[in-house]
Amino acid sequence: MSQLVTGVERSEASTVELAPEPLPAPQPGHAPESELLRFAAVGSVDDGKSTLIGRLLYDTKQLFEDHIEALASASRRRGAGEMDLSLLTDGLRAEREQGITIDVAYRYAATPRRKFIIADCPGHLQYTRNMATGASNADLALVVVDASVGVRDQTRRHLCIAAILGVRHVLVAVNKMDLVGWDPSAYQVVAEDLANLSSLLGVKSLQAVPVSALDGDNVAERSQNCPWYSGPTVLDALHQADAGVWSHEEDGSGGARLPVQIVARRPGGGRCYSGLLSGDRLAVGDEVVVLSSGLRSRIAEIWGLDGPKERAVPAESVSVTLADDLDVSRGDLIAARDGAPHPVRDVEASVCWFGQDPLRTGGRYRIKHTTLLTRAEVIAVDGRLDVSDLRLVASDQLADNEIGIVRFLTAAPLAVDPYRRNRVTGSFIVVDEVTNVTVGAAMVGRPHVAG
Amino acid sequence: METGFRVAPARRLGHLDVLESHAVFVIREVAAECERPVLLFSAGKDSAVLAHLAYKAFSPSPIPFPFMHVDTGDNFDEVIDFRDRRVSQLGADLVIASVQQSIDAGRVADPGAGASRNRLQSVTLLDAIALHGFDACLGGARRDEDKARAKERVLSFRDTFGQWDPRRQRPELWQLYHGKVNRGEHLRAFPLSDWTELDIWSYIERESVELPSIYFAHRRRVVERDGMLLAVSPSLPPRRGEPVEDALVRFRTVGDATCTGAVRSQARNVAEVIAEVRSTRVSERGATRADDKVSESSMEDRKREGYF
Repeated sequence: MSQLVTGVERSEASTVELAPEPLPAPQPGHAPESELLRFAAVGSVDDGKSTLIGRLLYDTKQLFEDHIEALASASRRRGAGEMDLSLLTDGLRAEREQGITIDVAYRYAATPRRKFIIADCPGHLQYTRNMATGASNADLALVVVDASVGVRDQTRRHLCIAAILGVRHVLVAVNKMDLVGWDPSAYQVVAEDLANLSSLLGVKSLQAVPVSALDGDNVAERSQNCPWYSGPTVLDALHQADAGVWSHEEDGSGGARLPVQIVARRPGGGRCYSGLLSGDRLAVGDEVVVLSSGLRSRIAEIWGLDGPKERAVPAESVSVTLADDLDVSRGDLIAARDGAPHPVRDVEASVCWFGQDPLRTGGRYRIKHTTLLTRAEVIAVDGRLDVSDLRLVASDQLADNEIGIVRFLTAAPLAVDPYRRNRVTGSFIVVDEVTNVTVGAAMVGRPHVAG
Repeated sequence: METGFRVAPARRLGHLDVLESHAVFVIREVAAECERPVLLFSAGKDSAVLAHLAYKAFSPSPIPFPFMHVDTGDNFDEVIDFRDRRVSQLGADLVIASVQQSIDAGRVADPGAGASRNRLQSVTLLDAIALHGFDACLGGARRDEDKARAKERVLSFRDTFGQWDPRRQRPELWQLYHGKVNRGEHLRAFPLSDWTELDIWSYIERESVELPSIYFAHRRRVVERDGMLLAVSPSLPPRRGEPVEDALVRFRTVGDATCTGAVRSQARNVAEVIAEVRSTRVSERGATRADDKVSESSMEDRKREGYF
């Protein structure tokens, strides 16, 4: 067993309340479309995630009258009082019967300032794979904790998975404050505990808000019950958080990456390569390298979805032609020449395992990296993460819902970036060869805690 | 680590551009990984947007898969006209899977005159998938339509019986959609998963996507039944003593004519529809779909059976 927590300045996370900066005035001529923030509500079962999301939708008037009526009648049928807001997102029969969330529910909300895509994730350990599905595309994790119970192992596991999946911002809703009489110390204990954990996990920023989802305190409306709290409400914080398009580094330092999805012939001859751009902008004339062949060229033309253009930005679907006639096919990567990855067959990755059968040394799987399908063998398991204390524990296998560090040998070379640099080229999925079910999520490199 | 959130800097792509690029990405992945994909084309607004996106995804090359319409036989003429015109403009092949043929072949029982054939579509659809060997169906379903759909993956797996098992969905990490299935199984692919009704209309406005005329206000003979306005037609005659009204209406969704309700509206163009959608207090399916009014789990039950 080895202690992995090193070099982290705990003092950074000790203050959990910080007055937010004022919002900038809207700028004339700014793009008319609003920004998109994707967030995942995570945390342990029964801590109130679905109720909080329901409350947020209700108080921001996102619900239609027929949905509210259906909710009220369903609540009455279950003897759940006037309105059980959790029933809004628990959309499956089995979920409503058991009062738990089995799979992610996606909900949508729009305020004048932002569009939100909300992934309401299940809290149960056995549905961790579904929580990871919801968190993998999120910019922010909304971690819900029951103040009367405190931080549980499952809360820590979810925060850990969210952080390893690259969620940069953590919004802690210290829920059920009404049950502890709005005692500021109950809030403080949870906030500090999760701030420390987040700091160890490499999370960029954190905000903790005392709330009662049931009564709507500090969700969209400021609560009168906690004069001691001067920070933002949950909605304020969701407006303030950085809405980075999830896979794309905000500063562009990752370098442009265009995994080739399809190759098409141009009417006038020549070929063009289509894909979704990530990492950085790409412009006509840019020097690129095609991987894994390593052949070099320049971008000759770029087509967006509305015709030719001089440059494209991350998250955009584009087609490009190259100045040279090279052999490029689906699964290849067109990368900015500076800082381009070196294709490798020996890949070390952090893996969240969802397989019924454990991942073991010698196991063979199909993998998908960007648009490349190939095969891989596990050559070593370098340990698994104990989520209760973030230590790496020696282990030669990973069971369902465990996280560990695994070395793979791949059949075809992979042009990988570290996951922290680019979520697209830094990730791959592990797929069962017989059933085609995805059994693992792999992130290239070691997680922050094990770095 | 910072405490508190720094105010976000201005971003480069607006949300409609992000949704458009992502949908195109999904369509291209399905085309590249699946052997025989098909685009389910009801000629409603969502499938019209999906067809538009498919066109943009491959232009100037042709769309590399056929379209399929599951035809209950109870159609709006305007919709069928639009379907045929749009398919021919796009140069796509159209497969028509007919519920009437399923009835004639004894695969399903005829519900009788005046009853909805909506639910029978599942059998017709699954038979057509098997007949043509389709391994992926691209559909225009959105997660904001219904609470069971809100749970579904972008690439949603169907077993050899065409069934959706909501309790055992495959993990779907990042944007790594993998399209491999074994023989007899198939995928439903929903590139518009994250679009809302308002996103669809905003996109229709921005891209000038053509729609069947029944989406805009027009005069029509309707009856009010179960709180919904239903268009009078040979397959939906008024019941004895039921008053028929000549009303100014439009349709918010377009499905089988026997279970798709109209809403009173004066919105004659896309901009007016958007203004209406922004201010409405009733959901799309709540206002207009009799098939969702049966129970709390109507959609989930139909989806389990293979419904789209």
